[in-house]
Amino acid sequence: MIIHHPLLGPRDAQEFTFLGAATLIERPDWQAEDAQEQFHDYLHLRDNPAGEHRELWFHETGDRSWLVVTRNTLTHEITNVEMARDVARQKGRSK
Amino acid sequence: MTQPNRLSGGRIDTGTALTFSFDGVDYQGHPGDTLASALLANGVRLMGRSFKYHRPRGPLTSGSEEPNALVQLRTGARQEPNTRATTAELFDGLTAASQNRWPSLRFDALAINDRFSNFLTAGFYYKTFMWPATFWEKLYEPVIRRAAGLGSLTLQEDPDVYDKGFRHCDLLVIGSGPAGLSAALTAGRAGADVILVEEDFLFGGRLNAETYGLTDTSTQGWVAMVMSELESLPNVRCMSRTTLYGVFDHGIYGALERVSDHVAVPADGKPRQILWRIYARRAVLCAGAIERPIAFENNDRPGIMMAGAMRAYANRWAVTPARTVAVFTNNDDGHRTAVDLMAKGVGVAAVIDTREDAPKIAGCEILAGAQVIDTSGRLGLSSIKVRRADGKVQTISCGALGVSGGWNPNVHLTCHQRGRPVWNEAIAAFVPGGDGPPGLGVAGAANGAFSTAAALASGSTQALAALDDIGIKGRAIDLPRAEDAPLRISAYWHVPGGKGRGWLDQQNDVTVKDVKLAHQENFRSVEHLKRYTTLGMATDQGKTSNMGGLAIMAELTGKPIPEVGTTIYRPPYVPVAIAALGGRARGAHFHPTRKTPSHDWAAQRGATFVETGNWLRAQWFPVAGETSWRESVDREVRAVRGSVGVCDVTTLGKIDIQGTDGAVFLNRVYANAFAKLAVGKTRYGLMLREDGIAMDDGTTARLAEDHFVMTTTTANALAVYRHLEFARQCLWPDLDVQLISTTEAWAQYAVAGPNSRAVLHKIVDPEFSIDNESFPFMACGEITVCGGLRARLFRISFSGELAFEIAVPTRYGDALMRRIMDAGEEFNICPYGTEALGVMRIEKGHAAGNELNGTTTALNLGMGRMVSKKKDSIGSTASEREGLNRPDALRLVGIKPTDSSAKITAGAHLMNSEGPVDAAHDQGYVTSAAYSPVLNSAIGLAFLKDGANRMGETMRLVSPVTNDNTTVEVVSAHFVDPEGGRLRA
Amino acid sequence: MHDLIAITPMGATDARIDTIKGMKIAERPDFALASVAARAGRETDTVDAAKTGLGLDLPPAGRFVTHAPYAAFWTGPEQWLIEAPHDSHENLADLVKAALGDAASVTEQTDGWVRFDLEGAECHAVLELLCNADTRRMKAGDATRTQLEHMACFVACRTQDMRFSVTGARSSAASLHHALVTAAQSAL
Repeated sequence: MIIHHPLLGPRDAQEFTFLGAATLIERPDWQAEDAQEQFHDYLHLRDNPAGEHRELWFHETGDRSWLVVTRNTLTHEITNVEMARDVARQKGRSK
Repeated sequence: MTQPNRLSGGRIDTGTALTFSFDGVDYQGHPGDTLASALLANGVRLMGRSFKYHRPRGPLTSGSEEPNALVQLRTGARQEPNTRATTAELFDGLTAASQNRWPSLRFDALAINDRFSNFLTAGFYYKTFMWPATFWEKLYEPVIRRAAGLGSLTLQEDPDVYDKGFRHCDLLVIGSGPAGLSAALTAGRAGADVILVEEDFLFGGRLNAETYGLTDTSTQGWVAMVMSELESLPNVRCMSRTTLYGVFDHGIYGALERVSDHVAVPADGKPRQILWRIYARRAVLCAGAIERPIAFENNDRPGIMMAGAMRAYANRWAVTPARTVAVFTNNDDGHRTAVDLMAKGVGVAAVIDTREDAPKIAGCEILAGAQVIDTSGRLGLSSIKVRRADGKVQTISCGALGVSGGWNPNVHLTCHQRGRPVWNEAIAAFVPGGDGPPGLGVAGAANGAFSTAAALASGSTQALAALDDIGIKGRAIDLPRAEDAPLRISAYWHVPGGKGRGWLDQQNDVTVKDVKLAHQENFRSVEHLKRYTTLGMATDQGKTSNMGGLAIMAELTGKPIPEVGTTIYRPPYVPVAIAALGGRARGAHFHPTRKTPSHDWAAQRGATFVETGNWLRAQWFPVAGETSWRESVDREVRAVRGSVGVCDVTTLGKIDIQGTDGAVFLNRVYANAFAKLAVGKTRYGLMLREDGIAMDDGTTARLAEDHFVMTTTTANALAVYRHLEFARQCLWPDLDVQLISTTEAWAQYAVAGPNSRAVLHKIVDPEFSIDNESFPFMACGEITVCGGLRARLFRISFSGELAFEIAVPTRYGDALMRRIMDAGEEFNICPYGTEALGVMRIEKGHAAGNELNGTTTALNLGMGRMVSKKKDSIGSTASEREGLNRPDALRLVGIKPTDSSAKITAGAHLMNSEGPVDAAHDQGYVTSAAYSPVLNSAIGLAFLKDGANRMGETMRLVSPVTNDNTTVEVVSAHFVDPEGGRLRA
Repeated sequence: MHDLIAITPMGATDARIDTIKGMKIAERPDFALASVAARAGRETDTVDAAKTGLGLDLPPAGRFVTHAPYAAFWTGPEQWLIEAPHDSHENLADLVKAALGDAASVTEQTDGWVRFDLEGAECHAVLELLCNADTRRMKAGDATRTQLEHMACFVACRTQDMRFSVTGARSSAASLHHALVTAAQSAL
């Protein structure tokens, strides 16, 4: 596969390490009343779609950026690649 | 030596003779020959035996789709089984042998299978070897394995090397027939980066095999002219002997280049083959078409081959399989074979055409509306039996029969991403369905455009369309005039009647009868048909046979062919050697080797090395007179505990962490508190995964308010770095923290033992005090050594002794190790390796990789209270899960055998002293074991249920693997100096 | 002055140089390296300070720039690697830190790496057996990080078509050297 890195252009997937669903960015608040339940869901409940999937890839032998790759699991078509850091900020993550 | 079946002309160098041998007999051929063409020239039609029935077989084709003529090529370690004689390029001294026969090719004992063919039909194995079940492993499988397979392996190491390579292009052109040449020339002239790959050693594809083609210029002349232009263009790379074997995602193509297969031995340093990964923005498939047979009784005798192959042998290789031949066809193309062979002076006994309206050929008998119904000839064809249109049966003598059932566009590569071909009734064949890999166009015969003119035109058109897609403007090129004959074909798959032993898949011995049986037993979907009969499952992937099988299934089920459909095509298009997939990553170079800065020094001292990850680490340093590793390791441990030792610990991961939020960041990635670590201090940190399981541990030193150095275990350095980047980029993107690995930049040595400070006094520059007061346990600092070299010093201890770790820039690591050894001479300093390091950490009860094994929590490790509940850190919430905090949760303990001479085996399980010994009564397991020269006893670390409350208990340590049954006592994991007085000294 | 003798990543006191059919493969231990990572929100300050203090225009993704005696590679978002001659700049990290102040984090990287320079007319033929970088399209000043026989390396084009540097982890210098030399023997 080729992943179009937002900064570096097309790169072979061989250079990347895969982690999992991009929802891993949305780490729950440890002080929430139901923190145990939220962490349970965060850790263990994932969608496994046959189709579009947002997932985290690490450019291990490249620039060490974490990317959010939108990939169709049926066709492997990649429709969007974003810097995970930007996605995290969009989701309100900060310090 | 004469070549009785050699004709005149051809694209071979008859001026040069090459000597080769087949089954021990010497023959001659010429440069330009394949093994198959040279054997045919010498009158050899019989080249192999079939897989199941051991039927005599000769070549069916002249290309890589060959199912029959598989031989063992070369001898000794270079011997390769199952090589297609039809693609093996002849060289002087080539040695080949037939396979799957005993004692000889002409007399094969297992040909008896053919007599029992009624029993050995499809499904035979499934039905016969089902019971009794115990017979399978002991009887059936060994017998079947002995009989199975074609060639055999030498079991010797392959002496050749293989490379991998990477190429990039705008347009990849696959195949160099008329369509491919026209595509490559169009794109080449447009200035695009072009790669043209050709499986054959000659460019030109089918143009090399035909007398028809271009009409107002010489076909060969045009090919030569185009190739010469392409090869002169700097933006075009032409790769012959290169098979495009797979189409992968997003324009990545796999190709195998046979660099040295056409020479006896690769030149020095040169690879045998190169596996190319081609990154192509666009590609055009110009792979032509593959002729398909017609099934009839005994259609597999040597001498019966595809009509197009017979023509190619005559035109390109100047060879005929026999002096008198016949042709059996359902289309006009078959007639070309008769015409061409007659022109070469070969007798054509008859053309048998299934069509009533077959065209005429001057001087040749045409039997229209007729079929070949049987053949004779034990080891090669001698005659055919023909049922004429009037129903009369006629026997015709001939030594070879060319068969044409029409041509299948070579759609294989268009289906590698699950594209499905569609049926084209006009040409009675499947063509690419338009759902092929994105960016891959198809031109020429591969797309069903069978005439030369259509191929030339579509090649150029497809190239222009592909370039336009990527913003490169090209212009149509002037194409030569070419034949544009329409295809006249009447679909015909098998001759009805007879016993049904008309062969479809000649490599796996699948007959028309087997398809009927599959239908009868309700294996009717093509995928079931394939698996039940093994049709198309051989190394040729059914390139010549699948179509016939599914056409017959269509007939039997009464469905149209497109409704029956095709099976899935998968890479590789042709067999690819595992060695080519491995490339250079083999033996000592399987993975990169990482060496520590003291490697050469350690090697000079005779150290034994161990691979830990990619690192080579000194395991122990034997001295004269020592006869076992234990002697060396025991000595090293005693030396450290008694005086001083030195160990290279460079391999531990080091991550430089800077930024104003460095402390906040560490506080979140470590389970224990880090926010208040003082500058100049080091702290042990336990890192958890988010699910509460321990991930890694190590120490982190604070060199400045905004500067930390973290160490990780050797094995986890990469994973921890990735995890920290995840935390930094994805979880807390606005923290001011920057990371970079410095593992390689610093040589780091542990100097441990009661005399370590005395040794370091001679190394560390005097302005830096390292006494206990100014540089206490867990202190760290930036210092200079040996008169001004920048260095770092950490007072940390893995051994439990007074110890320091000292780091200098790596280039000085070798010199520093030698300097430490000199400085320590008066204290009998002893270099120690990873074994002694391991013994000492077990004596001290320090957890390592064996304990942080991916299943254990901080609580299990005895560090439950370290997990701060006052802060958020990765893994802290999940580690509070009820299931992880059961009262009987595993706890890290020490164990000691009651008989001090007994052994402890890591992996053994703990059982209560009374009661059953089984998994249900398991109490825990040993993670680490060693012999402690300090305690003169085996010791171990173990996870034991509720272990903290079971000190002093006597238990049984058992292992069904090693038959251990040892009585052990549960003790504290801190075997040596439990109060920690030594490391604070 | 200390009296410890340095060794190169290949383990000798002198740099390793091989010449294979006109292709020179030279170990280059004569460079000091320091990494620069802009502090949060301080990318502009870092770029400005590098310009003022070192005369360097910190390059964008995929590029390196030279301003003697310094050169700088882009290594990641807001991260660079600064290069300078070792003999004159052994304390490069300190010099860079002094120039950038609190705008960036600076880390000594001198001995973290091994650099080999490939020089000759057939650089592409050698590199295409090793890594997926499209070196034919690289111009002087292009740099990319990729993998080469399972080793993460920076491949930088120093002179178009003619001179490339390959910079990998120091500990696997011998493996990297073996890969380069065998590829040259294979390709040339």
